Amino acid sequence: MSDKPAVYAEGITRIFGDVKALDGMDLVVQRGQVVGLLGPNGAGKTTMVRILSTLLKPTGGHAEVAGFDVVKQANQVRRMIGLTGQYAAVDEYLTGRENLRMFGDLFHLTPKYVKARSEELLTSFDLDDAADRSVRTYSGGMRRRLDLAASLIARPEILFLDEPTTGLDPRSRLGMWQVINDLVADGTTVLLTTQYLEEADQLAQDIVVIDHGHVIAHGTAEQLKDQIGGDRIEVTVHDAATAERAARAMESVISGHPLIEGNKISAPVSGGSMVLVGAIRALDLEQIEITDIMLRRPTLDDVFMSLTGHLAEDETQRPEPTRRRGVRRR
Amino acid sequence: MSAITVGRPVALRRPIYGWALHDGFVVARRNLIQTLRVPELLFFSLVQPVIFVLLFAYVFGGAIPIPGDGASSADAANAYRQYLMPGIFGQTVAFAAAASTVGLAEDMSRGIIDRFRALPMSPSAVLLGRTFADAVRQILVLAVLSITGLLVGWRINNGLFSALLAYALLLFFAYTVAWVGAWIGLSVPNPETANTAGLAWLFPLTFLSNAFVPISSMPDWLQPIAAYNPISTLVLSTRELFGNPTGIQPHYWSLDHAALYTLISCAVLIGIFAPLAVRKYRNATSR
Ligand SMILES: Nc1ncnc2c1ncn2[C@@H]1O[C@H](COP(=O)(O)OP(=O)(O)O)[C@@H](O)[C@H]1O
Ligand SMILES: [Mg+2]
Repeated sequence: MSDKPAVYAEGITRIFGDVKALDGMDLVVQRGQVVGLLGPNGAGKTTMVRILSTLLKPTGGHAEVAGFDVVKQANQVRRMIGLTGQYAAVDEYLTGRENLRMFGDLFHLTPKYVKARSEELLTSFDLDDAADRSVRTYSGGMRRRLDLAASLIARPEILFLDEPTTGLDPRSRLGMWQVINDLVADGTTVLLTTQYLEEADQLAQDIVVIDHGHVIAHGTAEQLKDQIGGDRIEVTVHDAATAERAARAMESVISGHPLIEGNKISAPVSGGSMVLVGAIRALDLEQIEITDIMLRRPTLDDVFMSLTGHLAEDETQRPEPTRRRGVRRR
Repeated sequence: MSAITVGRPVALRRPIYGWALHDGFVVARRNLIQTLRVPELLFFSLVQPVIFVLLFAYVFGGAIPIPGDGASSADAANAYRQYLMPGIFGQTVAFAAAASTVGLAEDMSRGIIDRFRALPMSPSAVLLGRTFADAVRQILVLAVLSITGLLVGWRINNGLFSALLAYALLLFFAYTVAWVGAWIGLSVPNPETANTAGLAWLFPLTFLSNAFVPISSMPDWLQPIAAYNPISTLVLSTRELFGNPTGIQPHYWSLDHAALYTLISCAVLIGIFAPLAVRKYRNATSR
């Protein structure tokens, strides 16, 4: 079993009524690997995680977790995995400690083991003080931590985290990142989903970008950034005619096709802040007056625009594709 | 040592009496803790049947004659109280099904059901736990009802052993209808609907029985329906076991073998609704 990948999925489809949530999704996660499933709202991330964690049956395709078929060997899969869903899945009326005990008992662990493990988890998730309070009194961050603790009660080899930081305040988000990084350092295989490139970059070595239920790109954060051209330079000049000239002037500085919208030019660059200096020099040489110039980190929007190619076809509709998808931005 | 280290758990239990029962008890424990954490809910579930006893004992008491019993009107009122209490017992345990409906519909609407379903636990545990906890809660309800009954003049006339049999039968019936309630709870689209759907079938069922009025006083066409209603036979057996007046019974097989018919009905109902509910639970995605 140890030679099989932690997750192997091939051509997974899932149809809800007339919505095709997953459309030929392929995914491989090796043991010990951390993979980030990156995609906008509605891309199919939750559906994929639910299929892999045996909560949903795929309409088509084949998936194995730890070498077990998620449909035919669901119970073996359940023994190997921990799942923290998009919404906290703990009992509101029970205390934190009672919740952990219940899940440990349902995992058929010995009472002694459950007790020791619960204490361990409560301490490392900073829930000691709240352990005997009903979960109803917990903050959002505490619930998420308890939820994650509950998925770890049986020391799963493979952990699924569905949008582990969505809805958390920045401090709780950092705390959650820390916890996940600790888990990863300890060798847990993790498949996590996120809507944020920054988060995928922080947590995962490998990123799989999905849209409309299938993979549109995958690679390390670096590779993906290279693919979309890394940072972007944005220059504003006086008028549209000047913009055309400015774009030509910057040709040696930029590393991809420039977009011109009225008096604004936007183009991918590689090479960090030194390109700003280069661009200013090049424009100065042509005696072009710069109204505004900035270097911008690529956002998820950029990833999607450059990967789905909406932009190349219809430049004037630039912000539209992402707005229609309803990408939430921080 | 990092607390969040991974690897296989060191200690797995061995099944003692089957995982379904073990897991069912774990879930039942959770449901009973929930009951204790919301005392208001428990309080009101007790108040309702108590009000029923007082209402029937003092407001309607004596207005409904029991054929064959009581000569004077004071006797009639007392006889009706004796007659009434088992009826309220039966009605109360039947209405417990609504709690199963609402409780399960609420569980299904919450994220926790996803965790249950992603655990290697028995798929029937959530339902076993729910029905078991709901029946256990009825022990407390029956105790409070009995004390209220004793205070308004109801008496156990047939000895302790028969009385215990009566309570056992009532609890078995509570457990049975909990399965029906659970199945309805899994069939409704949301917890709001559960409240209505959970009660809708119980009103006609309890009022088409001998809980409050003798079957012999019903129109002829209604009598067989009431006679074969398991609530009637439950209430009749309870009356017999407590040594309370039963009134004159029309002759139907179910009424002549009330306890047996009740047990058979319970077994058949569980045999139908438990597999239906388990199948529904397995197929349900959390809503
Ligand atoms: N139970 C369901 N019934 C109907 N449609 C669903 C259901 N679950 C998901 N969908 C649809 O499937 C698509 C993918 O959803 P989801 O996997 O939740 O996306 P994500 O988690 O990436 O935001 C969406 O269009 C969503 O509306
Ligand atoms: Mg989602």
